[in-house]
Amino acid sequence: MPYDQNLSMDQLVQPDRVHKACYADDDIFEQELENIFYKSWIYMGHESQVPNPGDYWTTWIGKQRMILSRGDDGQVHVLYNRCPHRGALLCNAQHGNAGKAFRCPYHAWQFHMDGSVRQIPMKQGYDGTADVLQDAEFAMKKAERYDTYRGFVFASLSADGPDLLTWLGKGAKAAFDDICNRSPEGEVEVVPNCFRIIQKSNWKIFLENQLDALHPSITHHSTGDAAAEMQKVYKERTGEDAPMGYQMLADFTLPFEKWDSISTYGYEYGHTVLGGYMGLRPRDPITLDHEAGLAEAYGAERMEEILSTNVHHVLVYPCLSVQPPLQQLRAVRPLAADRTLTEIWHFRLKGAPEGIYERSLAYYYHVNSPSTMVNADDLQNFYACHEGLRQAGGGDWVSFHRNAGQDITEDGVTTSVTGMSEQPMRNMFAAWKVYMSGGN
Amino acid sequence: MAGGNGLDTQRAVEQFLYRQCEILDGRRWDDWLALFTEDGKYWMPAHEDQETGEGLPNIFYEDNYLMDMRVRRLEHPYAHSQKPKNQMSHVVSNVIIEEEDDNAVIARSKFQVVEYRNDDQRYFAGKYRHQLIRVDDGFRIKLQRVDIVNAEGPFEYVLQFWL
Repeated sequence: MPYDQNLSMDQLVQPDRVHKACYADDDIFEQELENIFYKSWIYMGHESQVPNPGDYWTTWIGKQRMILSRGDDGQVHVLYNRCPHRGALLCNAQHGNAGKAFRCPYHAWQFHMDGSVRQIPMKQGYDGTADVLQDAEFAMKKAERYDTYRGFVFASLSADGPDLLTWLGKGAKAAFDDICNRSPEGEVEVVPNCFRIIQKSNWKIFLENQLDALHPSITHHSTGDAAAEMQKVYKERTGEDAPMGYQMLADFTLPFEKWDSISTYGYEYGHTVLGGYMGLRPRDPITLDHEAGLAEAYGAERMEEILSTNVHHVLVYPCLSVQPPLQQLRAVRPLAADRTLTEIWHFRLKGAPEGIYERSLAYYYHVNSPSTMVNADDLQNFYACHEGLRQAGGGDWVSFHRNAGQDITEDGVTTSVTGMSEQPMRNMFAAWKVYMSGGN
Repeated sequence: MAGGNGLDTQRAVEQFLYRQCEILDGRRWDDWLALFTEDGKYWMPAHEDQETGEGLPNIFYEDNYLMDMRVRRLEHPYAHSQKPKNQMSHVVSNVIIEEEDDNAVIARSKFQVVEYRNDDQRYFAGKYRHQLIRVDDGFRIKLQRVDIVNAEGPFEYVLQFWL
């Protein structure tokens, strides 16, 4: 998009407003890939996606196609999806089991699950030319770094930079601690289904929306009303309360005052947290059974501590939106300035009652499936925003003025003064600016 | 085909499927909900090899209550992603009667759908499997299974209602 190229980073990203080019300009998008997505840690998947040797899932880091694999030795690896011979994709399928080797369909070069060469046909042809069996140039390339936190695998295409734990920090680690601690075994297992939904909008618009407590009762007004009406109809017809999924949707139309009472927290590297608002701890037999299991595993005091953690969204910037109490996450894969793929997963808490999983499944269906009555309206908004921002005329700025200048920063954590404050957006753009200036 | 009456059933099921398409394309929601038995379900599995919708992720798995909620959302004055409304055109064909008796029929068929929304056209294709119950004035749907060819693919936007 045309914009004044003389604008400095400080002019593009101001404390309370951001230039539209940050969302809609193709050159800025390419710079984001270089400076953010190819430098920071990016979520690749969960270890339980590849339970057996030979298992793999493919995914993306920016425009780079990657493979998450499990080796014969049980180790998880992250590899570039590219044959070192002529460059062909080695895995065309989204997931599968490669058996003993990734085998290139073009010339049958074969690679172990860690990327090392297993076999090359007619290798005498390389006599005196190259050491194709030993030279790293002829192995599948591994991601520059990869590491795991509580079963969640991240990769970085930069050899330098903070290690995963430092980068996650207290704010982002809490997402994975919260989700795992809810299991009496301290572990989660992925449900092997990935819904993929493409948003016709910039990736940042989605991240910002995840922490935007002003939008739900407006954007989701229709769905919230419909759910609340159906709760009444259900009760009238059956004499029983409607399933919990209806309440999850009815909650979207909570009054503004309720949304404004939620807290948001901003951490280093742009990680950001929105406090919880849903009543996910009713006194029903399923919850009580879950509580008993946790108390047995960890003691009553620790169980109370675990279940009173009430977080709605944790954004692991720039790649992931996690909802720990609902055991789900959305990974963000930017395809172009105006095109974003989301990979949507949910998890079982190992050892927890089936009813707890059913709650997660209900939210996965209502909010995150391709028939969602919630994101139907979000994605329309994202498209409308991007459509407005990509235009040359009509104004240049995106406003983040709500409660600007009032954020409270202590020990590196920024807290909003109100739930509806645009502090999360300011926090993410502060990190964006550091990344885009060559930092982090 | 136990208890079957051959071509009469074929013709009656075809007419029923054509009318279902017409109802959906016409957004005649009351008529749509009336197509299903009280315990009827509309099911679009997330994977073709799924044998049940219970306890598993699905693209659609809706009983009368969920379908009713979806209708209420679609017709709500603040349903902004229904402004403009999406238009659909269904064609159903290749109808095969899999099983029938005096009370019920199971029928397989194929469909093609064009959807128009926001200056954009999308195409969907797949197969239906209807478990139908015979009633005085025709059939009611006990279970409609819908397998779309791109169930595991990335979705451009979402599905606001049934295909």
